[in-house]
Amino acid sequence: MNDTATPDAPEDLSQWSKVITPQRGWLDVRWRDLWQYRDLIYMFVRRDFVGTYKQTVLGPLWFFLQPLFTTIVFTIVFGRIAKISTDSVPPPLFYLSGVVMWQYFADCLQKTSTTFTANADIFGKVYFPRLVLPISTVITNLITFAIQFSLFLGVLVFFKLQGAPVFPNFRMAILPLLLVMMAALGLGVGCLVSALTTRYRDLSVAVGFGVQLWMYGSTVVYPLSEIAPEWRWLLVLNPMVPIIEAFRFAFLGSGVVEIWQLAMGAGVCVLVLLGGIITFNHVEKTFSDTI
Amino acid sequence: MSAAIRVENVSKRYRLGVINRRMLYQDLQSRWARWRGQEDPHSKVGEKLRGNGENFWALDGINFEIRAGEVIGLIGGNGAGKSTLLKILSRITSPTKGRVCLKGSVASLLEVGTGFHPELTGHENIFLNGTILGMRQSEIRRKFDQIVDFAEVEQFIDTPVKRYSSGMYVRLAFAVAAHLSPEILIIDEVLAVGDARFQEKCLGKMESIAGEGRTILFVSHNMGAIRALCSRGILLREGRVVMDGSIDETITAYIGDNFASASSYEAKERPASPHFERITATQEPAAQGTFSIGQPLVVTFETNPCGKKDLTVGLVIRNSQGVWVQHSSDEFAAAKDPLATVSRCIIPPHALGPGKYHLDALLAKRNEEAYEHLVNALSFEIAFDGAMAARTHAADWKGACGPGLLLWE
Repeated sequence: MNDTATPDAPEDLSQWSKVITPQRGWLDVRWRDLWQYRDLIYMFVRRDFVGTYKQTVLGPLWFFLQPLFTTIVFTIVFGRIAKISTDSVPPPLFYLSGVVMWQYFADCLQKTSTTFTANADIFGKVYFPRLVLPISTVITNLITFAIQFSLFLGVLVFFKLQGAPVFPNFRMAILPLLLVMMAALGLGVGCLVSALTTRYRDLSVAVGFGVQLWMYGSTVVYPLSEIAPEWRWLLVLNPMVPIIEAFRFAFLGSGVVEIWQLAMGAGVCVLVLLGGIITFNHVEKTFSDTI
Repeated sequence: MSAAIRVENVSKRYRLGVINRRMLYQDLQSRWARWRGQEDPHSKVGEKLRGNGENFWALDGINFEIRAGEVIGLIGGNGAGKSTLLKILSRITSPTKGRVCLKGSVASLLEVGTGFHPELTGHENIFLNGTILGMRQSEIRRKFDQIVDFAEVEQFIDTPVKRYSSGMYVRLAFAVAAHLSPEILIIDEVLAVGDARFQEKCLGKMESIAGEGRTILFVSHNMGAIRALCSRGILLREGRVVMDGSIDETITAYIGDNFASASSYEAKERPASPHFERITATQEPAAQGTFSIGQPLVVTFETNPCGKKDLTVGLVIRNSQGVWVQHSSDEFAAAKDPLATVSRCIIPPHALGPGKYHLDALLAKRNEEAYEHLVNALSFEIAFDGAMAARTHAADWKGACGPGLLLWE
């Protein structure tokens, strides 16, 4: 019933519950199907979460180790050697906040970007709304984020007790919004890339270093305040900049962010998400012929 | 009964050779060149449009309608388009032209165990696989015990499936799929799993599903299973429907499709191990391919002189319905030289009814391994001879054996 008939159809097709036709509109995303398969989203989240860490030596400890080591490396390289300012925030806390946030976005992007290529075998054998997979990836990553975020909170409390100049404030309540924005952006770009990689395999190579470059274009290893004011507008076009700055402003009390920057970032995220989903949806129906 | 599936003029085109030919930068270069009105630097010399030579029509104007509750066997050789049709019906890919209308929920089973995750336990995989196939969790929970019971894996239900034997794995996978309860079920060659006993159980399960009034579209190369389950058959050849009728007629037509008469077999290689050198079917007066029903038919098996004692030659004769009309061996010979290299089987007149036959040959040592098993070693036709043919029509005699076999007084 969600599938619309071709406009030139002379007869009444409403007696059928599904009509399969060659063409499908660009905007014809099957939200209803997606809702019917909501249990599958849950099952994929469970599979990915349990499947990844069964039979690894350290198990879920990996969730802690990764941001911890990245932070240590950043502290040494960017803090000690390059001596980049961290706005009076203790460097480990500054980098950890950036890393935890960035990691969620980067994971969402990278893991959804392989949706079609990594699941070609399942997609060729059974139908379900393909969007189920990237959506479940974003949710799985949310669990990872929660664990890593708790690490960040622990480190924050530790430094606060040491008397470091960090000032968590009521603006922390904005965190869910920031997460939704990152999920939307990661999902959107990931869907776009995964749709394009079905035709252009060379794109999947670009994703790895693309994300790396994007990180340096975001305020992960430096504060926005280090950038000359006349150039900041360029940087805040990247929605990750106001997101990370807002996060630091809320939890550490240091950061440069304005409401309009966040609003604009949210707008960009929504546009990217829509573009990604529409492209993904378009590729979905003929994907199994081209891969 | 109202229609459950209607397929209208469905065609599916595949483009040969143009898939993944390009890198992104090549596409961008082509577009840039075309935009400036220049020649595409990546077009092949002489290439105008993406030509007909590169197109392959896997399906070409398929039409049929299936009523609710019908069990249909979809038959055809490799490359006939069966799988493509099933993929379109199960929405894995879209048709190039035409339309498919479906009424009711659809579940398709094109492969057992799709989406099984090796690290997860049997329990977890039942839920995962079930939801992939479109079941709700509550539904799976309700049928969980039945599924485990059917798969016979109670003891191992909390073991990761990577530790399962391959038999347990497919049993579990089939059990999940068998407990789907859609109104339309599309099944592709899934009975070829597990041992003979489990296959029988699967077939029984499918029969009971069919008995519940569900619409089933079933693809298999196992004609016995198709005949047991289906009431109507659709035969595809080169992407077209060539036959749509009763299951018996369709199977006969399909087997006729593949029939190429061969009244002798000659070994291509001659290893030292025991093997058939030559198998011939002969009749007096001499005939080729088509034999008379009224004369004895002699099948001569010649094996190489390998020095092994007590080798047994066996044969299976299958008719165009895939039924085993005869299964015999030279163990039934009155006396046999243990080192003999020639066995002769005399098929009496009317032992085989008129029709087309395939003969399989088997060379083995009794109660031990088989040395050679030739499927369709010979293919031949039996027909009424002059006098009988003049009196009656071959088609009127439907028995597997010839009408003259029985003694009348």
